[in-house]
Amino acid sequence: MKAEPAGVLTGAHYLDGDFACGEGALAAGCRFVAGYPITPSTEVVERISRRFPFMGGTFIQMEDELASMAAVVGASWTGTKSMTVTSGPGFSLMMENLGLAAMMEIPCVLVNVQRAGPSTGLPTMVGQADMMQARWGSHGDYEVIAICPQSPQEAFDFTIDAFNLSETYRTPVLVMLDECVGHMTEKVIIPPAEQIEVVPRRLTKDPPGTYLPYRPKNGNGIPDFARAGDGYRFHTTGLTHDERGYPDMTVARQEICVRRLLDKIRNNAERIVRFEEEAVRGAEVVVLAYGISARVARMGIEMARRNGVKVGFIRLIIAWPFPEKRIRELAGEIKAFVVPEINYGQMVLEVERCAAGKAKTVLVPHAGGGVHDPETIVAAIMEAAK
Amino acid sequence: MNLLEAHEQRVAPEEHPIAPYIRMDRMPHIWCPTCGLGTVVKCYVSALEEENVNLDKVAIVSGIGCTGRAAGYVKLDAFHTTHGRAIPFATGLKLGRPELNVCVFSGDGDLSGIGGNHLIHAARRNIDIMCVLVNNFIYGMTGGQNAPTTPLTARTSTMSFGNFERPFNLPHLVASCGATYVARWTCLDIRRLTTAFREAIRRRGFRFIEVIAPCSTLYARLNKLGTGYDLMKSYHQKAEIRHGADTRDLAIGYQDTIICGKFIDEERPTFLDMMHDHYRKVLGDRYVPMSPEGGHIREED
Repeated sequence: MKAEPAGVLTGAHYLDGDFACGEGALAAGCRFVAGYPITPSTEVVERISRRFPFMGGTFIQMEDELASMAAVVGASWTGTKSMTVTSGPGFSLMMENLGLAAMMEIPCVLVNVQRAGPSTGLPTMVGQADMMQARWGSHGDYEVIAICPQSPQEAFDFTIDAFNLSETYRTPVLVMLDECVGHMTEKVIIPPAEQIEVVPRRLTKDPPGTYLPYRPKNGNGIPDFARAGDGYRFHTTGLTHDERGYPDMTVARQEICVRRLLDKIRNNAERIVRFEEEAVRGAEVVVLAYGISARVARMGIEMARRNGVKVGFIRLIIAWPFPEKRIRELAGEIKAFVVPEINYGQMVLEVERCAAGKAKTVLVPHAGGGVHDPETIVAAIMEAAK
Repeated sequence: MNLLEAHEQRVAPEEHPIAPYIRMDRMPHIWCPTCGLGTVVKCYVSALEEENVNLDKVAIVSGIGCTGRAAGYVKLDAFHTTHGRAIPFATGLKLGRPELNVCVFSGDGDLSGIGGNHLIHAARRNIDIMCVLVNNFIYGMTGGQNAPTTPLTARTSTMSFGNFERPFNLPHLVASCGATYVARWTCLDIRRLTTAFREAIRRRGFRFIEVIAPCSTLYARLNKLGTGYDLMKSYHQKAEIRHGADTRDLAIGYQDTIICGKFIDEERPTFLDMMHDHYRKVLGDRYVPMSPEGGHIREED
């Protein structure tokens, strides 16, 4: 369906990434946000809290991030598209109910404007070191989708995509911004509402009585939804459950329950993965980067090309699920992958896993607080090309 | 014959009066014999029935623990959530679809221990939810550990020589934070408890009912207080009704008087009342409140 016009601020704007992310949420139809202030993400909810009263949305500043994420899961059960926004320390607290959202199969969006860690780290300065936490942060086996904007325009566009993916797969989706993109101000074009495609909640057509909340009917492993208050009187739990949503504490049920949660993403991974590639054909070295590091890497790539190295580029748009297939293919064709990221080795581990020894994998690390000096990326490319 | 079949055979000839409100396909429940929880659930659904509430619009939210299983047995939109987070989850439900009647039903450890921060803030904001806290003075499901409600000197599995931590006086805590309805009953006061639930269902705002219930398996055993029946009898004897009592006087000592009654019953604007009134005042006609049906945006047919 098309976006509801009330939430769409059509026009050309000069916005920072946080504001653009907030506008993306409004355009996507988000009408409930719970959050707790934390730098450098707060501007997202500041923007939303100013705009919500004009379009029937409710913002609540909760007492902490545990509560914020719990409230988002609760609100999404009413069919109201819901989101929360945070940064490192708050992201850690949200892991508890992110797991609940995954287990209950609740569409919702969690934005993390990454700052440098660990712990309080550098609160106002950039990091990209939550990428593995995004994938593995809550306990137990589950899958997530994580999307990485590199500009305010993408913060807008990808937040809409995040909502749409969360509705399609009934799963929490993470928008992994970083402080640089969040605080960078650029031109953002917001199209008219009729040009914005949004995925509505897929409500069950079964009548109450026959509806089973965790029985997928459409063959892709994703059950239809019943809103709280529509008369279905369903039960849902964070415990391992059967198709009725009733707890079932058996090894056999655990296998069925967990496998479906994993498979609904894994079996669709090739559909979900998203990346851009440039000049990979015939390349000796392929640089893989995401978020702000992708923009910095471009300069390093240009410089290395002037030095005569054939450099290709893969920009991760969706980091999770990871584009395994493409990396495996490329590994057989190139000498090396070079991965600049603002951490001491996270997505590079995925690249290395998929390269499986067929190509070298070189990390260009940065502990955070700033972006790479393009020279360090050039040096890594030159070394890798030898 | 499995347990369930055996149970069905026993109860089939005569249906329990509250069976239509209970997920009978989940019986038998997990609660121990002489646990007070079944009675509390019975009082709650009786109150819903007597108040003629539209059950399609009632949501029940529990956290984790023995009481946390209550949501799972009641035939309503029922949410068994994470430990301590029933209140913020319920807050999201209420704000996401304001027409819902949302009831949080959980234990003392869940709501006042791990979830204590949410309890005080929900009371402060006067979130329009009803909160039933069943207090058995101990962490039951995990094996009898010390709780924030364990009376001084009572033995628990983590305070083998007796508790030396001062417990919460819960009615006083929530009243001082702004709860608009505060009552305490034991689970033996069936009629009074049902009446309190009925009253609370009719009220708006953050309504808090503490129910004292026996834990025979752990609290009674660890403290050598006899059987569950003995514990119930002692609560019955020690309960004293004092409506309108000063909430400062409601602390519970070990095997001491349990002051019951209704302590607070006031009307105050809820979080949503305050929000709507404020935005209408400052934004006038430009303010668009969320529909009572929620912020769900439907696909045009």
